[in-house]
Amino acid sequence: MEPIALDIRNLRVYYDDFLAIKDVNLSIPKNQITAIIGPSGVGKSTLLRALNRMNELVPGCRTEGEVIFDGVNIYDPRVDPVEVRRRIGMVFQKPNPFPKSIYENIAWGLRINGFRGTKAQMDEAVERALRAAALWDEVKDKLHQSGLSLSGGQQQRLCIARVVALQPEVILLDEPASALDPIATLKIEELMRELKREYTLVIVTHNMQQAARVSDYAAMMMLTGEGERSGTVIEFDRTKVIFTNPRDKRTEDYVTGRFG
Amino acid sequence: MTTEYGVRFEYGVRFEPNLAHRKALGRVWEGVALLAILLGIAMLLTLLVQVFLDGLPYLRPQLFTEFPSRFPDQAGLRSALQGSIWLMVLTALLSFPLGVGAGIYLEEFAPKNALTRFIEINVANLAGVPSIIYGLLGLGLFVRGLGLGRSLLAGVLTMTLVILPVIIVSTREALRAVPASIREAALALGASRWEMVRDHVLVYSMGGILTGMILALSRAIGETAPLITIGALTYIAFDLRGPLDIFTVLPIQIFNWVSMPQTEFHQLAAAGIIVLLALLLTMNAMAIWLRNRLQKRW
Repeated sequence: MEPIALDIRNLRVYYDDFLAIKDVNLSIPKNQITAIIGPSGVGKSTLLRALNRMNELVPGCRTEGEVIFDGVNIYDPRVDPVEVRRRIGMVFQKPNPFPKSIYENIAWGLRINGFRGTKAQMDEAVERALRAAALWDEVKDKLHQSGLSLSGGQQQRLCIARVVALQPEVILLDEPASALDPIATLKIEELMRELKREYTLVIVTHNMQQAARVSDYAAMMMLTGEGERSGTVIEFDRTKVIFTNPRDKRTEDYVTGRFG
Repeated sequence: MTTEYGVRFEYGVRFEPNLAHRKALGRVWEGVALLAILLGIAMLLTLLVQVFLDGLPYLRPQLFTEFPSRFPDQAGLRSALQGSIWLMVLTALLSFPLGVGAGIYLEEFAPKNALTRFIEINVANLAGVPSIIYGLLGLGLFVRGLGLGRSLLAGVLTMTLVILPVIIVSTREALRAVPASIREAALALGASRWEMVRDHVLVYSMGGILTGMILALSRAIGETAPLITIGALTYIAFDLRGPLDIFTVLPIQIFNWVSMPQTEFHQLAAAGIIVLLALLLTMNAMAIWLRNRLQKRW
C-alpha cells in the first residue's frame, strides 16, 4: 500500500437533519488517481466536497468525523478552511473560469495567496501552469482574451491550470469531463495521468469506462442504513479488482451495468 | 419493467380539436392586449404633445439663466435646476456607499437567520413606503433634531432615506445574479469571502448595481412631497452657495408655476416639465447603456 494523502475517518455529513453520507472510512493513496463511483444521489460529490471543506458553504450542512491531511485533521477548529482549500484544490463539473482574461484567471489565485513576484515572474508562473495543463500552445497568443472565449474543454483545462498554479498537494475533480465531448474528455484524462506523477487526484465520475481507464483505486458508494437513504463507501480497492473481482455483489452488479 | 396496459391505447372518447375556434380566441386576446398598449401610448403621446405645445415657446436660454420672477417673461428655473443637480449629486455620493454596503452585507456576509430575514423583509417594505412619510421623518430628525433647518443638506439626507431601500434591494438582486459556480471557483482557490466579493462578485455585478443606482436617483429627482414636507422653498432668487443653504428643486418650481393664475406661468411650467423629462430620459438612457456595456453573460 502506498503512502496516504488523505485519511478519512468515520465521516458523516448532514444536510440539516438528513444524514447524506455516513461512516465513511477511506485512505486516499498519494500520487494515485482515486475514483469515487456509484449511482446518482449516493453522495459522491458530498464526499468529495468534504475533503476541502467546500460543504460548509452550503447552509445547514454539518460534518462529523475526521479527514487527516498532512498529520492534521482539517476539521480541527484551529484549522482555517481557506488554508485547506489552497492546499487541496478543486475542479468542478461545469467549467467555471472567471469572466476575466486567461492570464488573470491564473494570476488571481496566485496574487490573493500572497505571490509577490515581479511581472516577469508572474508571466512565468502563468506559462508554467498553462503548460502543466497542456493548454499553453493553444492560448499563448491570446492570453489577454476572456477565459470564456475558449471551448468547453479548453475552459476546463484552464480551470485545472488555475488550480495547478497554486501547487496544491491534492486535486479534487467533480465529474470534470461530464460536460465535454469525447475528444475533450480524452485530453482531460491524459492530463490527469500526467498530473498524478506530482499530485494526488480524487475524481468523482458517473462514467464507468472513465473510472476504469484513468483511476488506480476506486471507492464504490451505495445507499445504506434505514430506508437506504444515506450513502457510504461499501468497497474500496484497486480499480482492477473493483472491476474484475469485487467482493461485494452490489459492486459487481453496478460495474457490470446490471443496474444504476 | 412491464407496463400493465401496454403503450398504445384506445380511450373510446371522441376528440373535438376545434382548431378554428381556439385560434379565433387567441386573436381576440391578442386584440385586447394590443388595445391596452395602444391606450397607454396614446395617453403618453397626448401628454407629450400637450406639454411641448405649451412649453416650447418658453424653452429658451432665459429659462436656464434667470431666477424665478413674478413677471413670466423674466422667469426661469436657474435656482431650481441648481438645487436639483446638487441634490442629486450629493444624494448619490451619500446613498451609493450606504446602500451598496448594506446590500453586500445582507447578501454576502450576514448569517441567514430570523433576524436578517426580518431586516430583509423590512427593507423591502421600506421601498414601498410613501415618500411623504420620509419627509415627516426628515422634518423631525434632520430639520429640527439636528437643527439643519430647511437646508439642502436636510433635503439630501431625507432623499437618501427615500432611495436607500431601493438601492439595497437592487444591489442584492445584482449580487444574486452572479452564479454560485463563480463564487465556488474563487473560494476553492483559497480566497477569503471578502476577496471573492471584491474581485469577482462585485466586479461582475457592477452593471446591475449602477443601473439600480441611476433608476433610484431618477426617482429622487422627481420626488416633491418629502422636500415640501421638510420646507424646501418655492421662491429662491440667488445661486446656491453650499449644502447648508436653502434650496428648491425642479418639481417644486413646476408645482409653484402651475398653481399661478396666469396662462404664461402654466406655459413656463410646461417648459420646466420638458427639462425634467429630458433629465429623466438621459438618466434612464445612461442606465440602459451601462447595463448593456457592463453586463456579463455566463
